Amino acid sequence: MQHVVIGAGPSGVIAAETLRKLQPKASVTLVGDEPEAPYSRMAIPYFLVKQIAEQGTHLRKTADHFAKREIKVLQKRVEGLDRAARQLTLAGGDKLAYDNLLIATGSRPVSPPIPGIDLPGVTSCWTLADARRIAATAKPGARVVLMGAGFIGCIILEALAKSGATLTVVEMEGRMVPRMMNDTAGNMIKDWCQEHGVTVHTSTKVNAIEKHGNALRVVLNSGATVDVDLVVSATGVRPNIELVKDSGIATDQGILVNRQMQTNDPSIFAAGDVAQGIDFSTGEYSVQAIQPTAADHGQLAARNMAGQKGALHRGCVNMNVLDTLGLISSSFGLWMGKAGGDSAELLNRERYRYLNLQFEDDVLVGATSLGLTQHVGVLRGLIQTKTRLGAWKDKLVADPTRIMEAYLASTQAVGFNAGVLK
Amino acid sequence: MLKALQLEPEKCTGCLQCEMACSFENEGVFNPSKSRIKVFNFHDEGRFAPYTCSQCAEAWCMHACPVEAIVINPKTGAKDVLESVCVGCKVCTIACPFGTVNYNADTGKVAKCDLCGGDPACASACPTGAITYVDAEHTGLERMRAHAAQSIPKA
Ligand SMILES: Cc1cc2nc3c(=O)[nH]c(=O)nc-3n(C[C@H](O)[C@H](O)[C@H](O)COP(=O)(O)OP(=O)(O)OC[C@H]3O[C@@H](n4cnc5c(N)ncnc54)[C@H](O)[C@@H]3O)c2cc1C
Ligand code: SF4
Repeated sequence: MQHVVIGAGPSGVIAAETLRKLQPKASVTLVGDEPEAPYSRMAIPYFLVKQIAEQGTHLRKTADHFAKREIKVLQKRVEGLDRAARQLTLAGGDKLAYDNLLIATGSRPVSPPIPGIDLPGVTSCWTLADARRIAATAKPGARVVLMGAGFIGCIILEALAKSGATLTVVEMEGRMVPRMMNDTAGNMIKDWCQEHGVTVHTSTKVNAIEKHGNALRVVLNSGATVDVDLVVSATGVRPNIELVKDSGIATDQGILVNRQMQTNDPSIFAAGDVAQGIDFSTGEYSVQAIQPTAADHGQLAARNMAGQKGALHRGCVNMNVLDTLGLISSSFGLWMGKAGGDSAELLNRERYRYLNLQFEDDVLVGATSLGLTQHVGVLRGLIQTKTRLGAWKDKLVADPTRIMEAYLASTQAVGFNAGVLK
Repeated sequence: MLKALQLEPEKCTGCLQCEMACSFENEGVFNPSKSRIKVFNFHDEGRFAPYTCSQCAEAWCMHACPVEAIVINPKTGAKDVLESVCVGCKVCTIACPFGTVNYNADTGKVAKCDLCGGDPACASACPTGAITYVDAEHTGLERMRAHAAQSIPKA
């Protein structure tokens, strides 16, 4: 059996390792086009603030990790897919045959159609190569504009601000992290940033970027201009589906997969940022583009490629955690609520504390938190187990912080704990 | 044979000796807020429940970590956080469905129960036997874990 995995990000690496574990004799090849050891994009912010060296971003820490597991790693771009011949064409013309193929090519930043977006000094923050470029410029005293305050933008925001640069953030929508947080939370994060010396313009667009002497001039739709040394663009990402274009593989936003992470070609699977998998909360297929989902997809796809029965994709809970200059926020599932559902809320603006729970009947379906660092994961647990909270729902409405008690009382119903906490 | 923490809330009197012992053993201070085991107070019922990581087989935290900072300790079977590798991204804290991995802003890293390397201080400190360190196959424990695991569908 010849397994080939395209993309050496977390999804591809976990898949390759899982394949090796399940099928000790199969051939496993991992093809990635970045000139780096397999690394984690998520670690880039910590590299930017010099908390870790480049090596600290690597997904696996020993040089012989893949060789020891007899996983062949190729640093090549896959340029062609011939489904009939079950064969890939690599950059340079080499061919690579497969029995089972996993496409884990991730996503890439979209470049907004703004005059000047291609000027030197304008960059995205997606790869280690980008990070090296940013680290060389974003130093104390440097002036930086960050375009986009979505999830990825906000993660980079922290690193850019910590690097000592003077930072201005420009977000098109009316609040920060609009696809992860509601108005209350998004605006509290904005207030927090402003209090911590970061200028944030929401409901504002960048109209153009112009060369201005040795610097760049960023023209906003308000007419105002900001002169900077660096523009970091974080205006969204798009799945890398070009490889399967015209191949007959079904795509929508991303590559469409079934409950086995399989595409409409039974020998081709997809996982991670490039795959349109099941969202646990909506039951619909969507691209989540987050690390935990990439990891889950990779493992599931591999189990199915190895022929395991019953390894069914039941949906991933969409979830995010952010640290914005020390203000920690998270959101889970249907944080925006569900029609016909109800909610519980605790808000303390002065102390930057917020907890919002969304219910359907007596089941937790979504949550948003600010300033919560203890036992946050239980929000995921309650959502994913669809635990019926019974009488605990009213207790949570009265005091949403009692999530852990609600969880313990509702789930520890066997063994020594039977009935004790009912 | 691997051992595990057995928690019996019906024996807990809420004295918080376990939290004190844990924070002292792991952080060098007597500060319950730094403890990796937590006693939950059900004031309406006058009951208490000690709770911490069950070292579950799924290891959601370990699989979600982007930099391999959570590893299985071969001696204890615990999922240990390697502080030198952890970047403090907190993804494990939202991935753990039991809420037992917590971020510590002072260190910029996460902390979770590591069974104190095989001699858990909480179990030694508990005066009522509500926390004991027993063979993992001891009756009930496997069932409790199986229950915890089953209740959460794999993605
Ligand atoms: C700065 C930053 C911070 C982030 N922080 C978080 C966070 O805090 N939490 C979170 O959940 N997520 C975060 N993310 C998102 C997270 O990194 C992604 O969801 C994750 O990397 C997806 O993994 P993947 O394996 O699907 O794709 P990727 O990691 O993108 O890996 C895909 C690989 O495939 C390669 N490839 C593409 N096409 C080809 C081809 N034709 N041939 C060969 N190779 C190819 C790509 O170059 C890439 O190396 C962050 C992302 C960035 C950029
Ligand atoms: S906080 Fe540390 S241990 Fe947890 S996922 Fe991030 S790097 Fe790994």
